[in-house]
Amino acid sequence: MTRFLRATLLIAAVIAAPLQRSAAQDTLQQAVRIGLRYDPNTKPGVLVLRVAGVNGDSLRTILQRDFDYGDRINVVGGDEAGGFPDSPTAGKNSNYPLYARLGAVALVQATPTASGLHVAVHDVAQQKVARVKDFMIDGAPNSREWRMSVHNVSDELEAWITGVRGIAATRVAYVQGIRNGKLYVIDSDGAFPTPVGDDAGAMSPGWHPKGTHVAYSVVGSRGCCQIYVYEFASGTARRIEAVGGGLNSTPVFAPDGVVIVYTHGEESGTDLFATTVFERGPARRITVGRGTDNTSPTFSPDGRRLAFTSGRLGHPEIYISDADGTNPQPLTYSVGDQNYRSNPDWSPDGRLVAYQSWQTDGSFQLNTISLRDRSVKQLTSDGSNEDPSWAPDSRHLIFSSTRTGSKQLFVIDSESGKWRQLTRNGGVRLPAWSPPLAR
Amino acid sequence: MHRASRVLSLSIVALVALGGCKRKQPEVAPTPVNNPAPPAPTPTPAPPTNTCDAACMAARDAEAKAAAIKAATAALTATIYFDYDKSDITDDSRAKLDAKVPVLTQNTAVRIRIAGHTDSRGSDEYNLALGQRRAAAAKRYLTDRGIDGSRIEIVSFGEERPTCTDESEGCWSRNRRDEFEITAGQITAVQTSSR
Repeated sequence: MTRFLRATLLIAAVIAAPLQRSAAQDTLQQAVRIGLRYDPNTKPGVLVLRVAGVNGDSLRTILQRDFDYGDRINVVGGDEAGGFPDSPTAGKNSNYPLYARLGAVALVQATPTASGLHVAVHDVAQQKVARVKDFMIDGAPNSREWRMSVHNVSDELEAWITGVRGIAATRVAYVQGIRNGKLYVIDSDGAFPTPVGDDAGAMSPGWHPKGTHVAYSVVGSRGCCQIYVYEFASGTARRIEAVGGGLNSTPVFAPDGVVIVYTHGEESGTDLFATTVFERGPARRITVGRGTDNTSPTFSPDGRRLAFTSGRLGHPEIYISDADGTNPQPLTYSVGDQNYRSNPDWSPDGRLVAYQSWQTDGSFQLNTISLRDRSVKQLTSDGSNEDPSWAPDSRHLIFSSTRTGSKQLFVIDSESGKWRQLTRNGGVRLPAWSPPLAR
Repeated sequence: MHRASRVLSLSIVALVALGGCKRKQPEVAPTPVNNPAPPAPTPTPAPPTNTCDAACMAARDAEAKAAAIKAATAALTATIYFDYDKSDITDDSRAKLDAKVPVLTQNTAVRIRIAGHTDSRGSDEYNLALGQRRAAAAKRYLTDRGIDGSRIEIVSFGEERPTCTDESEGCWSRNRRDEFEITAGQITAVQTSSR
């Protein structure tokens, strides 16, 4: 095959993969969407009716906040004083016109049951119930499990209303502590920061695609690093022995959940390697960096390609290659003095790679680059912003930032630029957003 | 210089001999308890002499050797520094590494660990790799000059173990470094100038 033909096919593959995926996703979305009518250029207004029972206020607050954080729904308030009935009446004398005047195209009516929550979503324009479902809610009210169950309700309702599943039933793994830090996970709304394992010196967590495990590296007292995999169900961590000695860092799970790719280095630079996680297998070298640094891998959602940071041209840039390391090519290029780009994260829909870019003022800012046309978009400008990690909706990102002082985690909506602070304890870094954790 | 220098052995323990050398007696005698040689301070002014007997010589040698061991240890463990985002050995570092070579050559039991570090700028993850490359660069310099590579372990700490935490070039430049630590063996053989 000629070089030209190969290059053409590669470009075709780069373009085709995200298209195929998005087409599949649209089909899925249409299957769950309830077909509300609203201006597609606006966010649909949704009014969450008051919820009865002791935990009614908590439930309603969580649903409303989840919708708000999802940035695809406009949460309609207005009945905080209790001016509206808890349940709308259909037909004559209905309250639907009132809800319509408030801007609501849908009402969410949640009623606690013995096992969980009965939810009805009303189509305000049609003046009828569009869909109902009984959700199981786990755990004691306001516990970690209970909140996650409620987040799962929010996410499914978002799919009914907007066609896109919400991201509330997710967590973020991160490192608490700028030096000798420990691994934590926190709910997507900032609740329950919880330690994971007890390794001091933990870095670079990466989620298993089913959310059951986290792989990470540990900088020991004698230097960097070994790789561990923590299992949430058993609460135990296991060292991956196949990686051997030397430097072993930045582990990521392949989408198959069987293989991890990580950075390994001894005396001739660092390269990406792959090995199996749950059964001991050989470590296989992926990149050929010839003495340069190659680190921070991220898989394309189909598992066929990798993006990573490489210093092969003398300074860090983002490269992509096939998953076996063949066909490496630069994805980002230097612009003037801006010759330092790193920490890529491939969006779950396959369209974008987010990364951090060094600025002449000494800060990092977050960018995305399109795999289709290589167009670059800068997402941040306040403080120094690092370590981007995509949410499952391919729209929100978690990252660390100094914008409010010490390094904290923030969530940004890549479409509107709206951001919120997730953590409040100083010295937090290296976040990784989980896959959907709903069962 | 090389011809004149000689290799001493630490097995000459000259503490006992120290008392025999009057010229080297401290001005305030510490009245050594476990030193049987000189009985009480002798106020009798011994006629100053330029001759040094065997014991005196041994003591002088021991002192010189102790100082030389200290200097050799300092040379072997001297930190070297790097330019921003670079692992190239600078001219200044070359001189420091050159001083480590004879110490390692003469003390074959000594093993060292080189730990590469970076400043706080840049990516935490990329800096781990950069630190490894810095440690490897120093190791390569030493092995290219005949040191057995199996005696040198290299590790990286990236930006995880800074010596200072200011966000200034003065601090950054001190953090871009390789640290050298003796992990096995002792420095017993050193170069000293002959009398």
